This record gives sequence, structure tokens and C-alpha cells, in this order.
Amino acid sequence: MTLPFSYNARNVVVRWRSSAATVLIIALVVAVCLILQAMAQGIVSSTSATGDPANVIIVRKGSTAESSSIVTRTQARRIQFLPQVQRDERGDPISSAEVVVLANLRRRGGAGEANVSLRGISPAGRALRPQVRLAEGRWFVPGKREVVVSRRLAPRFEGLGLNERFKSGAHSLAVVGIFDAVGTAFESEIWLDANEARSLFDREQFSSVIVRVPSPADQQAMKKSLESDKQLRLLALPEPEYYAKLTKSAGPIRFLGYFLAATLSVGAVFAAMNAMYAIVGRRTREVGTLRILGYPRRIIMLGFLMEGGLLALAGGALGCALAAPFNWVTTSTISFDSFSEIVFKFHITPWLIIQALAFSFAIGVAGSFLPALRVSRLPVIAAVKAV
Amino acid sequence: MASSDPIIRLKELTKIYQQGEIRVTALDGIDLDIAAGEFVALMGPSGSGKSTLLHIVAGIDRPTRGECWVGDIEVSRLNESQLAEWRNHTIGFIFQTFNLIPVLTAFENVELPLLLTGLAPRRRRELVQTALDIVGLSDRSRHLPRQMSGGQEQRVAIARAIVTDPPILVADEPTGNLDAHSAATVMETLQTLNGSAGKTIVMVTHDPRAASFGSRIIHLEKGELIRESATPPGGGTPA
Repeated sequence: MTLPFSYNARNVVVRWRSSAATVLIIALVVAVCLILQAMAQGIVSSTSATGDPANVIIVRKGSTAESSSIVTRTQARRIQFLPQVQRDERGDPISSAEVVVLANLRRRGGAGEANVSLRGISPAGRALRPQVRLAEGRWFVPGKREVVVSRRLAPRFEGLGLNERFKSGAHSLAVVGIFDAVGTAFESEIWLDANEARSLFDREQFSSVIVRVPSPADQQAMKKSLESDKQLRLLALPEPEYYAKLTKSAGPIRFLGYFLAATLSVGAVFAAMNAMYAIVGRRTREVGTLRILGYPRRIIMLGFLMEGGLLALAGGALGCALAAPFNWVTTSTISFDSFSEIVFKFHITPWLIIQALAFSFAIGVAGSFLPALRVSRLPVIAAVKAV
Repeated sequence: MASSDPIIRLKELTKIYQQGEIRVTALDGIDLDIAAGEFVALMGPSGSGKSTLLHIVAGIDRPTRGECWVGDIEVSRLNESQLAEWRNHTIGFIFQTFNLIPVLTAFENVELPLLLTGLAPRRRRELVQTALDIVGLSDRSRHLPRQMSGGQEQRVAIARAIVTDPPILVADEPTGNLDAHSAATVMETLQTLNGSAGKTIVMVTHDPRAASFGSRIIHLEKGELIRESATPPGGGTPA
């Protein structure tokens, strides 16, 4: 037993002009919050999409990122020859001992400087990441001070374009190829040969070792073998699990999103309340009529709560539309894990849209509560005589 | 055709409005019986208490003292939610200003009281169609109020008032906003509902021609009944 849905829906449509300002305010609030959440989601998506379940990454226990991890050459050799590591057709272990260093580079357009991750990979490093494909140019040749750069990073920093050169410390490096890392964390990296990286950046040790261990049982056995040796102090994790943990950078953005949602929603609730007071004021006699026809107070109240919710839902839908152009736009921030530039895309997921719409509906319902309560509690005779 | 049993019985009905320091007595100890099937017109100058009396009978206002019985129910003893339910199936209310919901079609306006009854949608459609047929507007069922004339709007309001088949119709100056032709059509419809369907009708009016459609005219002044008169048979029948 309720008022017909068409009654509330048509009233929202018919009176859209008088409610337009409120709809717009709610739309802006929803758009801002959605964009921030999409940003956080983009970071999470780029890191959680990285990693192959058949790969295991080994880093130093307690390190927060590869750039702060140390795996000695002895340890790297021992890891390579563990029995669980898959071998290629020549019988060599599919393993890449890698070095990750940070280089301070100048942004294009004089927009300051930022740290960028340089990853030195072993020959098997590419085979371990088949999702990373060369898009332009060629792969680097070890020993020639050549690098390949992610397609997302190339346009953002000076000297990272194809056939350009950039300086890192005293070394000048040539960009000979551009790779595409399809939305993974590698989109924020520059790749070169691991031994050359160690030599250029004076690194005795490696940062991490990535090995191909397809069987989950073998992964567990390897993990047990490495982590039970207290002297090694190494941590072995399947790649997806490792990257899923590197989402610290999303935390503050997500918090900002929630904080702004909470503070801006107060203003939006008042805007909705203002609109609903005007709406119920104009329709008091209509309410009186409904009461005379037999509609009890709770149904009248529910109807106006629904109407406020619908009005705000229209604002929410508009807010989603305003935020939509940001979807898949590439941007960057500083990683709180590695303190390097991470490039990612805004990602508006269906779940974020559902959350945004639910948020807007809640704003409408909250804003309608007092006006709906007031009009539903008016004496029938006063309501029906209202001008 | 009126039966002798009163369907509405008012005993010592008093309504006093307190406006700051001033007490206004709208009804002053009214005793009145209205038999089932009667068509009663309440007349009197502005402020005589006729609308207040109508509102109390319809259960949308409460007396300060006295009793208002409709059938076996003392209306003034019902609480708000009981009153709402009681109005839905006992009273059909017709307003001077029609009070149709502007965003709903004629059909949807008439259906409104039925949505509270729990009837199946198909049965509701049948009842709405019947009510619109009675007032001669079944061809306007998809029209919005603004697409109809005043007379048509009032007939839709009458359809809405009768769709739940209430025994009593109360009308507050139903012709007050209509031209003479539309007023006559509306009054003929009410007369038919009284004569053929046996509805008890209590109507407030300033218009002697409208009042002449009733079987009894009650005159109020300063909250008191001052005179009753019966209309001659056929009174109000258009020439």
C-alpha cells in the first residue's frame, strides 16, 4: 500500500525547473566524490592487475617495495636452482634477478621533477611478463646503455620519447623502444638490462627475483623452503598477491574521497531539504486531498521521502555523467610504497556507480525527512485549506 | 429514496475555534439526523458553520463537544489512522476546487482511493472504468486534469468519490467554480447517484439552484440550525 510510483516520478519530472539547482548541487558532489574514488580504484586496478599467478616474486622480508629490497647474488643463484622453478626447453630456470632503482627525471613542460622506477631485468624477465609487449622501436641491447620505456611514461618526462636520450646521474641512456603494459604497474617503469643497471647505479645486489612456478603446491613448498630458513630473511609471494598489497597510495585518496563525501553531503542534504520544503509547501493541499481520500500519514511521508530520493538520484545520475569523461584518463601520482611516479587510469567501475547512486539517493532521503515529516503531520483540515 | 433510519446523527455538536484570545463558535450544539439516501443541502452565509459541519461529518475535523455518529461509528472517537481508513470506504468527498492530482491522468486520479484497498489491479481497472462510465468520461481516462474543462474535472472528482462505493458523499460547494451549464451537469450526476445508486449526499452550497436538487435544505446561521425546508418533488430538475 503506497502512493503510485508514477505520482512521485512525474512530480520530479514536471517540477524539474524548480529543482534544477538542487539536482546540480548533488550532481557536483557526486561527481567530485566519484572522481576521487575512480582515482583510488585506478591505482588499485593498476597494481592488482599486475602479476601472473604462475610467477613468484622473492623480496627481502620487511621491505615495502622492490626498490628498498635487497636480494644478494648468492641468494639469487640459490633461488634460481630451487627444484620448484620451471625450466625452459634448454633446461635453464625461468628466472629473472632484477634491480629496481629510482631516477629523478624532469617532467615535460617544465612541471618539475619526479622519481621514476628503472627496472633492470634478466634475459628471462620478458618471458615472465608476456603481457608487456613492444609497441614501437626495439628491445634494448645489454651493454649499450639502452632502455625501453612504457607508453604511458614516455609523454610525461623529458627524454623518454622514442629515440630520445635522458640523463640519470652521470649516465646518458638511449630510448630504443616503447612498450605497452596494458594497465599494469609496469606502465610506470623504464626497463633495461639487470647487470647494466647494477653497473650503472653501483648496486652489488639485486632487488628481487621473479621465478616461474606454475603449480600452487610448488609455490607453497618454495615459500616454506625459503621462509623457514631464518638466515635468508626472504619473502616469497605469488606475483598477484604481492602487487595487491601495493595499494597504499590508494588509501589517502580513498580517504579524501570519503571525507569529501561526508562534508559535501551535509551541504547537499541542506540543498535537498530546501528544495523539498518548497515542493511540499506548494503541494500541501494535494497532501490534504490524499489524506481525505484515506492515505495515512506514513504513506504520505514515504511518498515524499521517495520523491526526494528520486530527485537526488537524478542528481546522482548527472554526477556520474559529469564524471564519466574522466574514466580511463591517464594521470599519475607518487606511490607511497616506492616513492616513485605511478601512472594509472581513472577507473569508474559499475560498483562505484552503484555506490554513487546509492549515496545520492541517501542524500535525497535525508534531505526530505523533515519536510516530509512536517507535511504529513499537518492536520487534514489545515492541509486541505492551504493556498 | 431515503429510508427512515438515520445514517448520520449529530448530537449537541459544538465546534469552538480558539484564535489567540478570541473564541469563535462555529457550531453551537447542533442536533441533526440525516436518513440514509437523503440528499441534504446545507445553506447559510459565510461563517455560518456549514463547512465545519460538513468536515466533521466527513471525519476531517473534530468537534469540541458533542457526538457525530455515522452508522454505528462515533467518528470523533476514531484515531487518525482509523479515521483515514474509515474515510476511504465510507465517505466520498467532492471539493469546490476539484482537487485532482495534476500529474495523474483521470484514470489514475480515480484509482487513487482504490490503491488503499488491496484489490487486484484488474478489479481496480474495472471499478475505475465503471466510475468513469457513470460520470460519462470514460473517453477521457488518459487525459490530465489540465486537458479537461472545469466541469469535466469535477465529474472526474465525483468518479473518484464514488469509486470505492461509499454510502455517503459529501460535497463542499461542488458547483462553486463552474459555469451554469457545467454546474447543472454536475448536479444532475449527483442527483442520479442519490436517486439510482442510493447514495446519501450532504452538500454545502451558496447556490439556491444547486440546493434545489436536494431533498432537504438546512439553513445555518451563526453555528445554529435556523430552518429546514423540503424541496418540492422534481425540484432542481433542469427545465
